[in-house]
Amino acid sequence: MTRAIARRIASGAVVLWAAATAAYLALLAAPGDIVDSLIGDGADTPQVRAQIIAEWNLDRPAVVQYLDYLWRAAQGDLGRSYLLQRPVGEVIGDQLPPTLRLAVAAAAFGVVLALVLAVTTRRRWVRGVSSTAELIIVSTPPFLIGIVLLSVFSFRFGIFPVSGDQSWAALVLPAVTLGLPIAGVLAQVLRDGLDRALDEPFAVTARARGLTERAVLVRHALRHALIPAVTVLGWLTGVLLGGAVIIEQVFGRPGLGQVTLQAVGNGDMPVVLAVVVLAAAVFVVINTAADLAYLLIDPRLRRTTS
Amino acid sequence: MTLALPRSVARRLTRRRPRPGLAAAGLVLFLALAAVALPSLFAGDPLAADPLRVLQAPSAAHWFGTDQLGRDVFDRVVHGARHSLSIGVAATVIAVGAGIVLGLIAGLVRGVADEALSRGFDALAAFPLVLLALLFIAIAGTGTTSLIVAIGIATTPHHARVVRAQTLVVRQAPYVTHAVAFGVSRLRLVLRHVLPNVLGPIPVLAMIGLGEAVLIAAGLSFLGLGPQPPSPEWGAMLSEGRGYLHIAWWASVLPGAAVTATVISLTVIGRLLQNRFEGRPA
Repeated sequence: MTRAIARRIASGAVVLWAAATAAYLALLAAPGDIVDSLIGDGADTPQVRAQIIAEWNLDRPAVVQYLDYLWRAAQGDLGRSYLLQRPVGEVIGDQLPPTLRLAVAAAAFGVVLALVLAVTTRRRWVRGVSSTAELIIVSTPPFLIGIVLLSVFSFRFGIFPVSGDQSWAALVLPAVTLGLPIAGVLAQVLRDGLDRALDEPFAVTARARGLTERAVLVRHALRHALIPAVTVLGWLTGVLLGGAVIIEQVFGRPGLGQVTLQAVGNGDMPVVLAVVVLAAAVFVVINTAADLAYLLIDPRLRRTTS
Repeated sequence: MTLALPRSVARRLTRRRPRPGLAAAGLVLFLALAAVALPSLFAGDPLAADPLRVLQAPSAAHWFGTDQLGRDVFDRVVHGARHSLSIGVAATVIAVGAGIVLGLIAGLVRGVADEALSRGFDALAAFPLVLLALLFIAIAGTGTTSLIVAIGIATTPHHARVVRAQTLVVRQAPYVTHAVAFGVSRLRLVLRHVLPNVLGPIPVLAMIGLGEAVLIAAGLSFLGLGPQPPSPEWGAMLSEGRGYLHIAWWASVLPGAAVTATVISLTVIGRLLQNRFEGRPA
């Protein structure tokens, strides 16, 4: 089992290296001089140019530049935004908490709602209604959900603040907006998993032992249904990260999304690259965690890998 | 020869259940295509501003109301179909084309190249589409072209993976080994024997992918990264209307509803075709 874990971590490291390299190549492929790309819309003075050349080793051979970039990235040094005159790590670090709050709240809401939907809508017609609702939610642009929620709950009834991140109440609508599509997909996956698990012999045995249908469902079938659900964890992270960019814009929240958009708009490449590498790192960590979670949920896998 | 079934059984087997959802999806797609083909037939000038009729609620004269410049929202939504859908179609064409080429290469070459390509597809497919598109736009600059290419690249892995899987099956098929035995040239083998048999699932996949592309395109142009303001693109309209949400919900919600209706229709019909194709009951 330790070998399996080591392999997962090694392949995660390879993906990270590939992401960092791809980001670097993207920078090289950008039209124009690399120094111009790094400055973006920032102040273009000889001092700044000299600073960039020194920090990115642009006066050294290409191999050295690349290896040095990797070495710095591995140490967590993501470079410096010449536009904001601050280290990128600081810029991102400042904006990370609100985005994390949003992502965690949305994931919690989405997962709980999906579990409730999958377990409670077992009857035929309820299930049809729920499936249709899930299809509609999944096909709706998240920003539209956000705008509808805003116009109903903030403008019409004034229950929640319109924008900002001052209070917990301001977190409710963005988290619901971001969590709904997650719940939509996850509920479908869980429901399929439950259907399959309830057909298995162990479900019959459990029923024969006199367990109520609810107990069979929650105590026995759900554990099996969780396995395919864990598979979509990686996808879920992507939805959270990508969705957060748009949702933050809809609700005027500070966060990574605002930083990224501003960086894209101003051509602040160091920040854009850092966000991409950071997203890749999150993706790798979540997927590795998901693979390890299989072992936790399914004891059978533990036996075969050891 | 067919088995003689009792008529009642035969009728039950062949009877089509009415499918209101499917009919609605077909209707929406038909309307969307009509709007793409002949927008001027259904709607007036999308850019005609009327300062005397600013932010009016939906009425008989203005079905979808008017926006902050007094432009008719219905006219803009109808004309927007061409903008939004053409971005989606162009991005899907890029994704399908690149997917076929890369998938074929991965499936035929095998070995290290296949491994590298497949890991690349995996990583690209799992990475947030929006961030990927943002990275591309940061490098190539904003504009409709980079929007299209960005979405195309970001959605390539879906198609590439399917083509690769199909290629792995087809290359084992007897007709391929026979063609090799007959000394057919490599290029001809790939183009005449492998490629046509690999393409089966692609149209359906492209249809579902189109829905996704329209959705991302609307999201990115909502962020201001697509067609710029006066253009009646759906996502851009939403973003303009966002500022007036407190007094005029229709200026942003109704263009958004157009995106939703189109995407749901594409998904419903795509899934139905997929089930047909795979022989599952819909």
